[in-house]
Amino acid sequence: METYIGKPVKRREDARFLKGAGKYTDDIKLQGMTHSAFVRSPYAHAKILSVDTSAAEKAEGVVAVYTGSDACGTFGVPCGWQVDFKNGETMREPLHPLLAKDKILHLGEAVAIVIAETLELARDAAELVQVNYEALPAVTCPKKAMEPSAPKVHDQWEDNAAFDWCIGNDRAEVEAALANAHHVTEMTYKNHRVAPNAIEPRSYISDYDVNADKWTLYTSTQNPHLVRLLLCAFALGIPEHKVRVVSYDVGGGFGSKIYHYTEEALLTWASKEIGRPIKWTSDRTEAFLTDAHGRDHIVHSKMGFDADGKIVAHLTDEYCAMGAYLSTFAPAVPTYLHGTLFQGVYTTPLIHLNVVAPFTHTVAVDAYRGAGRPEATYLLERIISKAAKEMNMDPAELRYKNFIPPFNGTTEPGYQTQVALQYDSGNYHGVLKRGLEMLGYEDFRKEQAEARKNGKLLGVGISTYIEGCGIAPSAVVGSLGARAGLYEVGHVRVQPTGKVSVFTGAHSHGQGHETVFAQFVADKLGIPMDDIDIVHGDTDQVAFGMGTYGSRSLAVGGSAIIKSVEKVLEKGAKIAAHKLEAAEEDLEYAEGKWTVKGTDKSISFGDVSLTAYVPHDYPEGVEPGLDFSSFYDPTNFTYPFGTHIAVVEVDADTGKVDLQRFVACDDVGNVMNPMIVDGQIHGGVVQGVGQALLEEVVYDGEGQMVTGSYMDYAMPRADDVPMIETDRTTTPCPHNPLGVKGAGEAGAIGSTPAVVNAVVDALAHLGVTDIQMPVTPQRVWKAMQN
Amino acid sequence: MIPAKFDYIKASSISEAISLLDKHGDDAKLLSGGHSLIPAMKLRLSRPEVLIDISGISGMNSITEDGNEIVIGANCTHADIVNSDLINSDLNILAQTAKHIGDIQVRNRGTIGGSLAHADPAADYPAVVLACDAKIVVEGKNGGRTIAATDFFLGIFTTAIAEDEIITSIRFPKVANGNYQKFFQSASRFAVVGVAAVKEGNSVKVGVTGVAGTPYRATAVENAYSGSSDAALHAVDGVEDELMSDHFADEEYRAHLAKVMVKKALEA
Ligand SMILES: Cc1cc2nc3c(=O)[nH]c(=O)nc-3n(C[C@H](O)[C@H](O)[C@H](O)COP(=O)(O)OP(=O)(O)OC[C@H]3O[C@@H](n4cnc5c(N)ncnc54)[C@H](O)[C@@H]3O)c2cc1C
Repeated sequence: METYIGKPVKRREDARFLKGAGKYTDDIKLQGMTHSAFVRSPYAHAKILSVDTSAAEKAEGVVAVYTGSDACGTFGVPCGWQVDFKNGETMREPLHPLLAKDKILHLGEAVAIVIAETLELARDAAELVQVNYEALPAVTCPKKAMEPSAPKVHDQWEDNAAFDWCIGNDRAEVEAALANAHHVTEMTYKNHRVAPNAIEPRSYISDYDVNADKWTLYTSTQNPHLVRLLLCAFALGIPEHKVRVVSYDVGGGFGSKIYHYTEEALLTWASKEIGRPIKWTSDRTEAFLTDAHGRDHIVHSKMGFDADGKIVAHLTDEYCAMGAYLSTFAPAVPTYLHGTLFQGVYTTPLIHLNVVAPFTHTVAVDAYRGAGRPEATYLLERIISKAAKEMNMDPAELRYKNFIPPFNGTTEPGYQTQVALQYDSGNYHGVLKRGLEMLGYEDFRKEQAEARKNGKLLGVGISTYIEGCGIAPSAVVGSLGARAGLYEVGHVRVQPTGKVSVFTGAHSHGQGHETVFAQFVADKLGIPMDDIDIVHGDTDQVAFGMGTYGSRSLAVGGSAIIKSVEKVLEKGAKIAAHKLEAAEEDLEYAEGKWTVKGTDKSISFGDVSLTAYVPHDYPEGVEPGLDFSSFYDPTNFTYPFGTHIAVVEVDADTGKVDLQRFVACDDVGNVMNPMIVDGQIHGGVVQGVGQALLEEVVYDGEGQMVTGSYMDYAMPRADDVPMIETDRTTTPCPHNPLGVKGAGEAGAIGSTPAVVNAVVDALAHLGVTDIQMPVTPQRVWKAMQN
Repeated sequence: MIPAKFDYIKASSISEAISLLDKHGDDAKLLSGGHSLIPAMKLRLSRPEVLIDISGISGMNSITEDGNEIVIGANCTHADIVNSDLINSDLNILAQTAKHIGDIQVRNRGTIGGSLAHADPAADYPAVVLACDAKIVVEGKNGGRTIAATDFFLGIFTTAIAEDEIITSIRFPKVANGNYQKFFQSASRFAVVGVAAVKEGNSVKVGVTGVAGTPYRATAVENAYSGSSDAALHAVDGVEDELMSDHFADEEYRAHLAKVMVKKALEA
């Protein structure tokens, strides 16, 4: 019998993707569907003096024009996470209106929507809407936003802070330990803003059916149920049972499609007003201007060491931009998804992080692949490498010295951090050892010394990361300010013929759920993968769900499915026992059939399924049918970890960095499909390399975006990266049934500091100690001149 | 990314294209490969009312030898140039340059005439036409004329072509010893700096693109050159006040890169 777990099963969904036959929201055409275009502000901060829509309303093909003065102007989209000030003051939470009415708070904010018979006519008419603005000074930098003279984003509060929060040990205690430390390493830098750049732009269609009094919202989202909940309960106040949210194929998200956006709510409202379906698909310019961005932390950090190189204390202060409004998960990102990882893989006894999160005249910053954890990892892995240089130690040796010793989380307890978490299981020595072996670290150091003699600038950078995934135990996140639970739903429906439909609340936006979920269900039921269908992305079909982000789909969504599979087998055993005239305890289940132990008497899964639906000869007191739904709420986060190592050569003349090798040894727990894990690591690594070397959202002093197109925003391309060398160690997660930890974000978390460490290492002998990311040729060259 | 409304006319001859240009004046634009014009139209930065498509005009896409010159039709694509045996053997520097333009899709559509007429300050060809002393052949309602490369580029997106004129071909002298060096802008992959050097004995002609708003001949380098690449130190002499600056390369770094790339071109 063929089994699937652990095998590189080819992705079922790729057949349609590779043929260009995926079904994305923009591919959907409904009868009577209208199209829409937004009028967006060309200013980052401005007063709206007047809006005149009369010419647009009269233009050819226009169905309706709405502005902030219409009824929709009173609605706003909510924030899903509350992080209060450390002094007890409640988080400052402005209304995020569907259309701006009096004031513009970021570039690209929508002032009006024009709905017309065709997209072309909508665009033409949008140009006829006359808006008079009075431009105001803007602030885009989170640190400057806290200066007393900074322009205010929201007038109702005394300054721009959304909250001022801290985590870890008592600050005074940490400061005292630093004062007494043998050596203190200090860093000040910006973990700069990046744009998510999903290949499929956001796209929505809202369809209100007058006769049924029901809406269908087609949306490119990572979490259809969450969108429905936020839309119905918070944004518009419409009945949840009358809204169906459908999301077919989704072309990437990287976090940016978690959030409930204003356009989704506005289209839903407007389609009832006009009684027709309305479509909107973002273009690339709008994507740069309005998709939630990532990162944007200004960091000042100190790490203290004793004479032996053991970390004694770590103190960090950050300013983290929120943007003009609080996006769905925004407050959680620089706090509970960030500060809680400040332990890293080290035994640091004293940690304190303070985060001031100001509003800025920019689009929102929210979770972007890794969400808070890449920022934590970047800090820890840069500062420890910098410390190693300063203390004249090998960066690998300094890491070994400070690693938390291995623990399996079953016979050995989890590791309690100083920053609220308990790690599940880990072997940080193992991944570093393997990573260094893959690279040939000692030989490389010799090669580097030789190369230096010839004026060649070679460098190696190490990063040993940990991340918190499998988001998340509901009670824990609830106590940390989440306004939702973070369980998942898995529903297994066995059909009378023994074929199986699996409904999951997780929602693939490229990860390959249709393949992986079918792999382990097939193995657990002992039936072929072909007999299993994975259904997701439709609130009318899937009972409930929280969606896909935080590397949670397998760890949380998969576990929910396993629970239902177990219920199926439990009930199946009762039916089998009845049919085989045996006691349940005497049965064993393997290879798709129940067998009376020690005999050849058996009944197949298919026969039991049929019996469940044609219950003529049936056990007493058992309901017909074979159909189970389960909610799984994890007991802990999962903690994947790994070692990433980069080798670079810097061109001495131009400062251009050539990434020559990239080694990744990751531990994501048990692996269901190694090909898909490799793919996730590859993609993540390239994204992290992109941040390190190329990508950056730049706003100028007026809040204009300098990098609003691919002419100026540098995405990594195939020839920017070498072949990525991957390997894994396996430390199973002790608290979920598959023993899995999650692999979606690891690549993006581990890679960025490895690359920057390598560049700094290449230039260390020239006195370079740090370079601001992205380490562009210009920045590298300038660093070499100083 | 949807352009404003426009009319489209496909011209079948040079004279028809010229008379259409004359008729529609400011409202019209020629369309060749469309790889500069159409992106600008999609962003509604350019909104011509009439597009005059010249890409089908016969006789504008040949590459021929005329004595000591190579004549390249304005409609030749970058790919035509990369793949031409004649250019590879007798004007190799141009094939090297074309290879560095965009990606395969861009090279299959974009044309040399369109690129020169567009005069993007970061485009590649300007450096080469300058270093080669090529001549741009144009035709208008009052007949034809030939513009020397050194007189052709007047500023950012600005050339010496009159409104009713169309580039029909470019005439290059044969070049035995030429070299193009490009420092790629990491997002667009246009040139941050592009340098073409054409050597003859102990003298050199150097064209530079990407550095100043207008591509230029680095005459200070040419004057200082007598076989040593040290002359590269003069790469931005005379254009110090016109250096371009953006988040990839400010004036200081761009000037430095110009020197580095000139040096490479001189040493190649
Ligand atoms: C993704 C991408 C990457 C690119 N990378 C590079 C690069 O690395 N280096 C580089 O140099 N270029 C690059 N380009 C630009 C490309 O080379 C264009 O093809 C070229 O600039 C314009 O040629 P075209 O034939 O497409 O002209 P069009 O876009 O058709 O026209 C451009 C302009 O020239 C005018 N015009 C066209 N033909 C004539 C003529 N015969 N006489 C008078 N006026 C005319 C048009 O009216 C228009 O104003 C890139 C373009 C893209 C889309």
